[in-house]
Amino acid sequence: MIAAADVTPTWYLLLAAALFAIGCTGVLVRRNPLVMFMCIELMLNAVNLSFVAFSRTYLDIKGQTTVFFVLVVAAAEVVVGLGIVVAILRRRPSANADDIAELKG
Amino acid sequence: MPTDFSSFLRGWLTVAIFGTLGLLLAGLLLGLSALVRPKRPTVEKSMAYESGVDPVGDGWSQSQIRYYIFALLFVMFDVEAVFIFPWATQLERYAGFGLVEMGVFVFVLLLGLVYAWRKGVLRWV
Amino acid sequence: MHLLLSPMQQTDKLISPSVNWGSLTPLLVLLGAGLVLLVGAALSARGWAKGLYATLTAAAAVAAGVLQFVLWNSTVHHGPKSLVGEALVVDGPSLFIGISICAALLLAALVTDDYLRREDIDSPEVYGLYLMAALGGLVMAASNDLIVLFLGLEVLSIALYVLAASHRKRIESQEAGLKYFILGGFSSAFFLYGVALVYGATGTTRLRGPESIKTALALTVETDKHRALLVVGVALLLVGLAFKVAAVPFHSWTPDVYQGAPTPVTGFMASAAKAAAFGALLRSVVLSMPELRDDWRPAIWVLAILTLVIGSTLAVVQTNVKRMLAYSSISHAGFILVGIEAAAHGGESGDRGIASVLFYVLTYAVLVSGTFAVSTLVGRSGDGAHGLDSYRGLGRQRPVLALALAVFLLAQAGVPLTSGFVAKFSVITAAADASSYAIAIIAMLAAVIGAFLYLRIIVSMFLEDGDAEGERVSIPFGTGAAIGISVAFTLVVGFFPGWLLELARDAATRLY
Repeated sequence: MIAAADVTPTWYLLLAAALFAIGCTGVLVRRNPLVMFMCIELMLNAVNLSFVAFSRTYLDIKGQTTVFFVLVVAAAEVVVGLGIVVAILRRRPSANADDIAELKG
Repeated sequence: MPTDFSSFLRGWLTVAIFGTLGLLLAGLLLGLSALVRPKRPTVEKSMAYESGVDPVGDGWSQSQIRYYIFALLFVMFDVEAVFIFPWATQLERYAGFGLVEMGVFVFVLLLGLVYAWRKGVLRWV
Repeated sequence: MHLLLSPMQQTDKLISPSVNWGSLTPLLVLLGAGLVLLVGAALSARGWAKGLYATLTAAAAVAAGVLQFVLWNSTVHHGPKSLVGEALVVDGPSLFIGISICAALLLAALVTDDYLRREDIDSPEVYGLYLMAALGGLVMAASNDLIVLFLGLEVLSIALYVLAASHRKRIESQEAGLKYFILGGFSSAFFLYGVALVYGATGTTRLRGPESIKTALALTVETDKHRALLVVGVALLLVGLAFKVAAVPFHSWTPDVYQGAPTPVTGFMASAAKAAAFGALLRSVVLSMPELRDDWRPAIWVLAILTLVIGSTLAVVQTNVKRMLAYSSISHAGFILVGIEAAAHGGESGDRGIASVLFYVLTYAVLVSGTFAVSTLVGRSGDGAHGLDSYRGLGRQRPVLALALAVFLLAQAGVPLTSGFVAKFSVITAAADASSYAIAIIAMLAAVIGAFLYLRIIVSMFLEDGDAEGERVSIPFGTGAAIGISVAFTLVVGFFPGWLLELARDAATRLY
């Protein structure tokens, strides 16, 4: 490890912000529910990264423990979301957010 | 080399030089062989190599839907283990209170497993 | 504290947080009932007798509600307190909103039993999910830590995603579940990023009490950098919660999800989820960050006005009654935001604002549960008949049911002698007290525009001739009881609002 000390938590925060923005754009732009899930996961992981970075700046363990909770919540969300997608796929061949439009008004 | 480069960036410079050299070398060798070798493609030659057996179907085959529920269950129980590791490292500090808490946690997880089992999810269809 | 840097070997015993099990009992009752229901139903070979699931759920709701009354009594005598190492609190607002959620759970359980029988779905899971969602809502309303709040929010939301998609025979239901899931997950991510930034700015996620965000804000003169972080964080928290309460411009999921979800679930979403989200908004921003109020109050102001205006006007052009009610629930969120804006002023008028929010949340939870209970019956088997023409002639076919719906709709419109009127009145007077006159006037105008929508349904029921086709609307016992309770509550509070207003005011001052 030569001189890695120069990487301040700010760098990680910037990276996290960028990842969050990418995920956010993905959810808004992409139309495949699975890809949208992945983008939401990306957003959550960006948040995890910022938690860890802040945890490092404050030398406080709490930010790191939070990451565990977020991980578990994200996993639960994915399981539920995939369950719903599979339920829809059983009834129709493709799952595309634009095709799923029974509800309009 | 300007001196106001941070030592950190200088560390990365090595990586960048090394990476570029590697890419150049690989490109050079591949390019040379492409120039020199004879080119006579046939259907058999351009087929994907699968240890001598003819490939069947598409590269992007869809896996069977019955796998997904195991995957989902696995993800759920796997991720819950994240709470057990930190607890295990600090077992003595948490003492009796921690043991009871973890017992409750694992018990609730077990209830989930019992539910999955009774719903027939664990059976191979 | 410094586990991050220090080696693993630490021999000092951990001081375990004081849990205070007694005050946790409402949560434990809901959790226990949910687990017993799910595992018990899975273990029994032929399933339980019909109606037993709903009975257990309703009993758990009543028990949790009663326990919260007992806790209320103890806060009156011993003051509010914190639980589980300050992660949760038991105080006025948390108990008041908790009781609202339990009331919504009770009504939803009564309606769902008949609904599942009519639709021929055998599903204890639905009740388990109701109980878990209510548990999450209670945690949200009682949380004293942003992380705990997030966990409550997710428990509530994940249960609701599945509930919305739970009608397996209707593709609309699954579509609603998927839409709710994607937008809900999206908004949760915003909320969580807000939590991270607030943590980054203050070094804590605790809301009130010692070493909390509130004390951090009161003590320090933050540097500009920290302040910017904090303001962005609070903005993201507001975005996340505005999604959950369906405030404009974050409302786009509401009509679709309300229309597609099974009707009893829609009622539960509109009552319990909204109550919990407003409780969370109150706790996380309004009560914990008063020092920052000049930064976030304008945002609440804009949200309130947009929600009022757009909710009321878009409701008018709908033809599907569930969509109408969705837009009406958006405009109700606007009214509650008016109360939140008043609460944001702090001081005595702030307390009145909090009281008006609490009162509105409880009365609206009962009202909207009743409304959707009627809508469940009118939807007939298949849960598809929700067009305005399905209500045509209901006044002749089922006069009592039509009358009950008329009471609910008039109350939602804010006609005097109903609970809805008192709620709207208290919110608007709270705003006027806090000298937010503009918002008070807009709220009154929105109420007038909104009234048109409710009158349209009433006219359709009583004045238009029914088309003879379609099956007759039947009124089973459980749903009838739920509607009866809601009507009685709406009228009693409408005629004698004093005691409940008193309770709400009491709750608003009994803060941890």
